[in-house]
Amino acid sequence: MSSASRSTALLRAPVLLTMILFMVLPMGVAVVYSFLTNGAYGGVKLPFTTAAYLKLLVQEDLDGKLGFSPAYLIILWRSVLLAGLTVIISIIIGLPLAWYIACAAPAKRGRLLLLVTLPFWINTLIRTYCWVLILRDEGLVNQSLRRMGLIDGHIQFLYNDVAILLGMVYTYLPFMVLPIFAVLERLNGDIIEASHDLYADRWTTFRRMVWPIAMPGTIAGSLLVFAPALGSFLAPDLLGGGKRLMIGSLIQLQFSSSRNWPFGSALATVVSIGILLALFLVVRKNFDKVLGR
Amino acid sequence: MTTISRLSRTAVVAAVFAAVIGAAAKAEDTLHIYNWNGYISQAMLDKFTAETGVTVALDTFDNNETLLAKLRGGSSGYDITVASTDFVPLMIEEKLIQPVNISELPGYENVDAQWKETTWDPGNVYSIPYFWGVTSYAVDTAVYTGPTDSMELLFNPPAELQGKIGMFSSPTEVIALAMRYLDIAPCSTDAEELKAVDALLQSQKASVKIYDSSGILGRLVSGETVISQVANGEALQARLQKPSLKFVFAKEGGVAWIDNLVVPASAARPDLAKKFLSFLMDPANAALQQKDVGYPTAVVGTGPMLPPEVASAPEASPPADYKKVVSPVCSEEAAQKYDLIWTRLRQ
Amino acid sequence: MSNKPFDWRATPGLGGFSLIVFLFLYAPLLVIVIYSFNVGRQATVWEGFSFDWYARVFSNRDMGVALRNSLIVAAASMALSTTLAVTAALSMRRGASGAGGKLTLGLILLPLVVPEIVVAVATLVFFSGIGLKLGLGNLIIAHTVFCVPFAFLPIQARLADMGSAVEDAGRDLYSDEWQVFRRVTLPLLMPAILSGAMLAFASSLDDFLISMLLADAGQTTLPVYIYGMLRLGVSPEVNAVSTLLLGSSVLIVLVALRLQRMSKAK
Repeated sequence: MSSASRSTALLRAPVLLTMILFMVLPMGVAVVYSFLTNGAYGGVKLPFTTAAYLKLLVQEDLDGKLGFSPAYLIILWRSVLLAGLTVIISIIIGLPLAWYIACAAPAKRGRLLLLVTLPFWINTLIRTYCWVLILRDEGLVNQSLRRMGLIDGHIQFLYNDVAILLGMVYTYLPFMVLPIFAVLERLNGDIIEASHDLYADRWTTFRRMVWPIAMPGTIAGSLLVFAPALGSFLAPDLLGGGKRLMIGSLIQLQFSSSRNWPFGSALATVVSIGILLALFLVVRKNFDKVLGR
Repeated sequence: MTTISRLSRTAVVAAVFAAVIGAAAKAEDTLHIYNWNGYISQAMLDKFTAETGVTVALDTFDNNETLLAKLRGGSSGYDITVASTDFVPLMIEEKLIQPVNISELPGYENVDAQWKETTWDPGNVYSIPYFWGVTSYAVDTAVYTGPTDSMELLFNPPAELQGKIGMFSSPTEVIALAMRYLDIAPCSTDAEELKAVDALLQSQKASVKIYDSSGILGRLVSGETVISQVANGEALQARLQKPSLKFVFAKEGGVAWIDNLVVPASAARPDLAKKFLSFLMDPANAALQQKDVGYPTAVVGTGPMLPPEVASAPEASPPADYKKVVSPVCSEEAAQKYDLIWTRLRQ
Repeated sequence: MSNKPFDWRATPGLGGFSLIVFLFLYAPLLVIVIYSFNVGRQATVWEGFSFDWYARVFSNRDMGVALRNSLIVAAASMALSTTLAVTAALSMRRGASGAGGKLTLGLILLPLVVPEIVVAVATLVFFSGIGLKLGLGNLIIAHTVFCVPFAFLPIQARLADMGSAVEDAGRDLYSDEWQVFRRVTLPLLMPAILSGAMLAFASSLDDFLISMLLADAGQTTLPVYIYGMLRLGVSPEVNAVSTLLLGSSVLIVLVALRLQRMSKAK
């Protein structure tokens, strides 16, 4: 082995070891669990079975008849949809914001970035709960509207999909802004100047010069937002009123009151594989770009 | 090494060092309690520390399954924990809790006779009830002025209550209450009966504002929900903040539950645990618990020591013919069917 | 036509837009800070100014223990995950396109992809299966794992950006690779390392689910403790401790920046 590749392997070893030992192995346990049988009161027991995966599509109805039920697929679909919307809204808000920060004077840039990431330091739980305080019937928004005489009673802002979206965008926005900013920062100002010198307006310049550079950052940001948004359970539970389940809450439920660890593991495996596939496809096409070369 | 990395390295070492020292210092005479959130009286704990010199460290959880997973996962270090009745037999069988022979501990004579020969732990070898209560519903009589004697109000609300209902987020508890309303035996797996439960919950859903087992008190007091599924102790606390709230002992009955004190098999200080158990069997201390948390304990004779608003609280005294049905843990078949109803409800 | 020179950097309306976004980001934080001084218990109904809740926070023994645990775990996870991230990023400079590089990248990003509850339960089962009982060490290991991707990404981005020109020049000056690293690469990388470390620290501090399942007696972390409090409705004590956390993190960041500026000047 050449000295270069030996040092590469050596450098790589600690992180590989850590991740394999403490991430891959436990995940392996979860996958194994998904093929086991449900234990009483939670836990698992032998024998091996594919019952958990089957349950996604086919369940025993109340009369004992087996039949296809879309319940879990609906929940899965809704979660994908909401996560996707979260990504789109994050891009709509995050891309201009990243551009704004990248265009700012270098000294100001650092401070703006700090401002963007600072909320991240407050516990997600508390930040989400604050939106409950702000948006609920007796919350700040309704109180102010009432004081301004605009409404009489209250407007119900909470316990619907819009509130969930708000919570998720709020939590994951920095994950979108930072990667986009990271690529935009390296933008060569001369190109932009040249583009404008050639009489291109702002939009054309953006479309042809800025966007291609921002794209890998946007893709990275989308993945960083989509994955946790899909598995999110705080926003749907606190802001959504628990009326409609998302996949994160559903998985949670399997490890508590529903006491079906194999099914919970199966759901998680399906979700993880889905995200991994998306990650793989994206990374394969843009590998160099993601690494920033 | 740059200044920063040197500094940070020092900081980490210092922190770890402090942790080790801290951990060692704590080893003497600390009772570790693992309990539900908001389910213990701080005044009682302070009194315990003052009288016995034992420090108390309190950790919390929010559902039985978390507790079970922890104990099964080899958790060690908790001396006392609180488990619902339906979980106690399982814990005994899996040797997750140890026998402490509470009947031999000082103070046992104060325990109410009805808790001394229970079906799940006769003779109180492993456990003693901590709090017990009834789940029904509470309604704001300032908003709804009609008769309040039935759970019809909760499940089939009139116009002024629609869209303002709060229910628990736990499938077992919601379904148990629905079954009580329809007078179905707990753990039933009869297809027709379950279809009725399914239909009832589905029809109620449009009127339900939120499915959440926590923060019920806050929502009732602020008026966010006008009627809500709630346990009698929490309803009492809510009424003290908003007098127009009324806890209803419906004619269909309610769901009774009992939470029990148990000592994990891996407890570090079972001797301190026993001291704590004795302490709680003293009516004065049980009264503190009842006053601060709102639920009755297993101990009799607390009446004179309670403030009048708690001693005479209607929430603590159901009518003589009130049907209190304790919901046991149901068979796997039943659990699966309930899970199906629940998922369809919230899909 | 206006006489102002065209500045492509100043997109019209973007400043206002960004201001609104920042207000949106900070609205809940303002609520937290302001109501931590509220006399009344009912959050969002202002009843008067008071430091009471801060006093309660400081006298709350259990909260103090939780805070201490959180800080220890976060600091240790930050140190470990950042070190791992630096070595991993360095290893990516050569041979990253190979199978090894792709595998490493995949493994590093894995924690971002898997739902937390599963990681939590699986880790609990795994640790109890192998009988790992290191006290807070268990938590530190679990936290380090999910902090690695957060530390890795900024460092990786910066490394890629740096190119090898400066280091090549450094190699002319120093014969030893380690010297090149210490005196050329590391100082250049430091801002990225710091930001990666801060992200890792914040992530660990924020974690709730894994900590709830893995923590044993006396190992409760702050988010788990706060979750317990929130279940009873929002208490101003929660606001107070959050304000304190926010204040101290601002302080840490400012100090880190100041130190960085000082070391640059050297």
